[in-house]
Amino acid sequence: MSAFSSGAGEVPLTVTQPGSAVVFEWRELWASRELLLLLMWRDVRVRYKQTMIGVLWAVLQPLLAMVVISAFFGRPAQLPSEGVPYPLFAYSGFLVWTFFSNALFSSSQSVVGSAPLITKVYFPRVLVPIAAIGARLVDFAIAFVLLAALMAYYGVPVTWRVAALIPMIALTMALALAVGMCLAALNVTYRDVNVALPHVMQLLLFATPVFYSATILPPRLKLAAQLNPLAVLIEGYRAALFDRPVHWRAIGIEGVVTAVLIVCAVAVFRRMEEHFADVL
Amino acid sequence: MPIAIKAEGLGKRYTIGRSRETGLRDALAHAARAPLRLFRTPGAAGGGNEMWALRDLDFEIERGETVGIIGRNGAGKSTLLKILSRVTRPTTGRAMWRGRLTSLLEVGTGFHPDLSGRENIFLNGAILGMSQAGVRRKLDEIVAFAEIETFLDTPVRHYSSGMYMRLAFAVAAHLEPEILVLDEVLAVGDAAFQQKCQSFIERIVGSGATLLLVSHNLHAVSTLCSRVLFLDGGSLRRDGRTEEVIADYIESVSPSGDAAEIEWGNRDDAPGNKNIRLHAIRVVSGESTRFSVDIRVPLRVEIDYWNFVPGTRIYTSIHLVEKTGVTVLASANMPSFNTAEDDWYGRPQPAGLYRSVCTFPADLLNEARYSVSAFIVADMARLEAAAHHAVSFHAVDINREREHHAIVPGVIRPKLAWRTELVQPLP
Repeated sequence: MSAFSSGAGEVPLTVTQPGSAVVFEWRELWASRELLLLLMWRDVRVRYKQTMIGVLWAVLQPLLAMVVISAFFGRPAQLPSEGVPYPLFAYSGFLVWTFFSNALFSSSQSVVGSAPLITKVYFPRVLVPIAAIGARLVDFAIAFVLLAALMAYYGVPVTWRVAALIPMIALTMALALAVGMCLAALNVTYRDVNVALPHVMQLLLFATPVFYSATILPPRLKLAAQLNPLAVLIEGYRAALFDRPVHWRAIGIEGVVTAVLIVCAVAVFRRMEEHFADVL
Repeated sequence: MPIAIKAEGLGKRYTIGRSRETGLRDALAHAARAPLRLFRTPGAAGGGNEMWALRDLDFEIERGETVGIIGRNGAGKSTLLKILSRVTRPTTGRAMWRGRLTSLLEVGTGFHPDLSGRENIFLNGAILGMSQAGVRRKLDEIVAFAEIETFLDTPVRHYSSGMYMRLAFAVAAHLEPEILVLDEVLAVGDAAFQQKCQSFIERIVGSGATLLLVSHNLHAVSTLCSRVLFLDGGSLRRDGRTEEVIADYIESVSPSGDAAEIEWGNRDDAPGNKNIRLHAIRVVSGESTRFSVDIRVPLRVEIDYWNFVPGTRIYTSIHLVEKTGVTVLASANMPSFNTAEDDWYGRPQPAGLYRSVCTFPADLLNEARYSVSAFIVADMARLEAAAHHAVSFHAVDINREREHHAIVPGVIRPKLAWRTELVQPLP
């Protein structure tokens, strides 16, 4: 060590040794912000470059779902839609659902998908799931333009409450990141995660008030919906969009829970990341 | 000189035989008893065989030193590189270094085929740790180095492999590292490209950077490096001046020390793959396989190989390496290297056992110890089988006892045409 310290004062020393700190090295993360943006940009660019209809995909997926669900389900079943036209109600819910589930899928398979990078070069591994989620924000923005058009078409006014969307979007991404980081790390060792996730998400879609309103649920199931973080989020989005009071207490609790989840996810991820390159 | 890199008791253990196939089920069963185990790493829970890829490695490298790392496959070279590039962490000990370390375990890491050359330059630059402003400043230089001006906005999937390699290397070449860690990147590309790589490395070294080069190419190591670490079975076997360590290495990789012949009895153990496998390599002097050969007698190198795929066009090539690591010559059964006719060169070959024989004229080599490496290449491009330093022999200069006593300097000792005449007699 003595030869190291002499005369080389200002040159930074890097040490690599077994075990790692559970917390992130924030300075390093901050220094990697350009890489994060580029990884995000790459995901978006490649996704829209490869398909012929490109950007349209981001719109088509929730739009077609809305049309089919409204035609076969909403109207025949006479589902209540909380005072807004049913197609708008269904689209707003499915938009959020698509955002969350795509973000979760992308992030949970992001580490395995980046194996060529992870086995060849060092950079903070956590950028990979974060970038995967960030890239989905672009899809969300595109699909959101259609939502605005639908609202204009149905004459639903936009009020100052729409500002509440910002914390909702942040919370959606944070929740996707917390779960996605754990799944991404687990996926490296146990590839079963990728097989199980679509099934879990499908079941969760039925159990979440996306295409129906929570108001039609019997009391016991209503409680279940209140404990479902996605139900709380979708309710929050709809309140912001359709000018209804936002249940800030529920959102606040969810925010705290998500923050705790993120701390746990970081610990899990940090613990497993040092062996990514050995297993991939 | 201050120290640039230091390793203390560095070790890396891998667990083999307990991989992801074990699956979630077992892990969940374990997790039922100890929930946090699920988030442990495979192998931490025990089971499977442990293998130390690297063990108790200690070394110090001073700033500005150029160090080669050599060793057989599985000696721990790649593991050491992975630790130094922080792709993986050591199991024991630690490694540390001062200054910006750039490692190139491959060129073009993170290149995406659908993105254009320009887009890939920015992406790859960021992955290698360059700032976007830095890339923008050097963009013209990078593009000029890669010679891809007209294709800058074409997706790289349409590039020829040569263009791809040049672009990938061009980005790396503009990193200005303080410590450069290289893995075999010199081994790819055409001659002009290799020349470029070589001069790039020389420039970096000239600027006072520290170089760590892992290579099978002993020639590259001996021209670029002043010091060599020889890894064997995960530990440091020798550390010293390049010529000495390379001589040691060649000595050790020659099968059973002094064999002028190697025959792979078990076909599956022979170098190669399902298409082509080596069968035997031997050095023949006169009528028999010999370790000590007389430089006055023609010498034959015979390479026997199996071709399993009918219709493959194959060429055979050899490298003759002198004990200090100098590649004396490379040759192949191609017309441009051949004074004889080769019936099979360039022809589709039926499956079977083939023998390629290369004859060296008498009076060519100097007295020294040589090793022969053999390579089998299919369809002009795919290296199917390689045997590095597979056989060796000692060329003996019988004449020197009688005429000049000392070993003649020089890599080769051909007989040349000499004649002396009296130009002007003095009265």
